[in-house]
Amino acid sequence: MTVLSNHTTETEKKIWLLLETVTDPEVPVLSVLDLGIIRNVSVEPSGENNVKPVITITPTYSGCPAMDVISINIRMVLLQAGFKDIEIKQVLSPAWTTEWMSTEGKNKLKAYGIAPPQYKQAVCTPDAFQEEEAIQCPQCNSWHTTLISQFGSTACKALYRCEDCKEPFDYFKCH
Amino acid sequence: MNTSLINYTLHLADNALILGHRNSEWCGHGPALEQDIAISNIALDGIGQARNLYQYAAVLSNNGATEDSLAYLRDVIDFKNLLITELPNGDWAQTTLRQFLFSAYQFYFYQQLEKSADQQLAAIATKSLKEVTYHLRWSSEWVIRLGDGTAESHDKMVKAIAEIWNYTGELFLPASYEKELAASGIAVDLAVIQPLWEQKVSAVFAEATIAIPEKSFAQKGGKEGIHTEHLGYILAEMQFLQRAYPGAEW
Ligand SMILES: [Zn+2]
Repeated sequence: MTVLSNHTTETEKKIWLLLETVTDPEVPVLSVLDLGIIRNVSVEPSGENNVKPVITITPTYSGCPAMDVISINIRMVLLQAGFKDIEIKQVLSPAWTTEWMSTEGKNKLKAYGIAPPQYKQAVCTPDAFQEEEAIQCPQCNSWHTTLISQFGSTACKALYRCEDCKEPFDYFKCH
Repeated sequence: MNTSLINYTLHLADNALILGHRNSEWCGHGPALEQDIAISNIALDGIGQARNLYQYAAVLSNNGATEDSLAYLRDVIDFKNLLITELPNGDWAQTTLRQFLFSAYQFYFYQQLEKSADQQLAAIATKSLKEVTYHLRWSSEWVIRLGDGTAESHDKMVKAIAEIWNYTGELFLPASYEKELAASGIAVDLAVIQPLWEQKVSAVFAEATIAIPEKSFAQKGGKEGIHTEHLGYILAEMQFLQRAYPGAEW
């Protein structure tokens, strides 16, 4: 019993390391772990001597087209590592939030030119013409920036403009 | 009970899909690039919500139905969406006004559905509510911007209201399956959200300097499968590929 559970833990550790190599196709600097969409990893017995990884993921946005690609890529990486029987489950609850994004992920986003979600989580309310939160330009670090649109190049981003360096930039909006 | 739950889930899914499809018609035609992207994102959120709901309806049906067969292989009388979602887009005023009226409805609706006795519907509601909050904010701003804009934009918003208002009554008329499920704590009690919706609409219309129409005749039937002529045209376009090439994938 002890031996089996040690073995399981080893396998789970290995799976977590493999997942680190699976990236978001729309923001390739972020791994699925940075994004915070992996909710659970477990290992179940499968057949005589094999184990089956069970990966639980949650979508960022309901219509995020990257989720299907991410599931396929997780499966590919695990197949390449020798697992044969793989289960990927999708759960909706609790709903994903940018608070689950790792600090490392936020730093990677900024280096990539996308303003990361605020460290202090802002709550989106439906009121029209709200005063916008200050977002720092990822290019020149100026706080003198203006919201262009709450909707950007992908579901998870808003579009901003820097009034100092004049560059437009994406902001990975709080959710 | 199960049939009612399937019908209710399909009603919610069809709302999201049909309005999602309508909004997607703007893709590449928006009045400005940023707004084209905004309405396309809103379309994508709607279609994503529809997928979650159809997947659940397929599980409940347990008869081989899939999210795709539910979206692509049902006919007009099987669709249970609100009539307001199938109306043509019209101009930008009509599109943003319809989105506002519907998003305000969805916002209060999902706030209640989060407390549903059905856990999967509650989970979908929580997930969707975060997205709808952005839709409501965006569409409120457009109603105000156009209503309180130039004489021409004001005029267009007033015309849009005349065009759409008669379709808002149906939002709060419960179908038979809704009444049954509301009694068991699964469906949203529409009488609870109606005053919240009216308050929101009054506030935004006041800021937009436009008047709320007098009580009017309510166009209804969508929830029970009785639709305007427009839905048939939507399905013809949306379902063509699966009808002509059954099972086609890419
Ligand atoms: Zn800058």
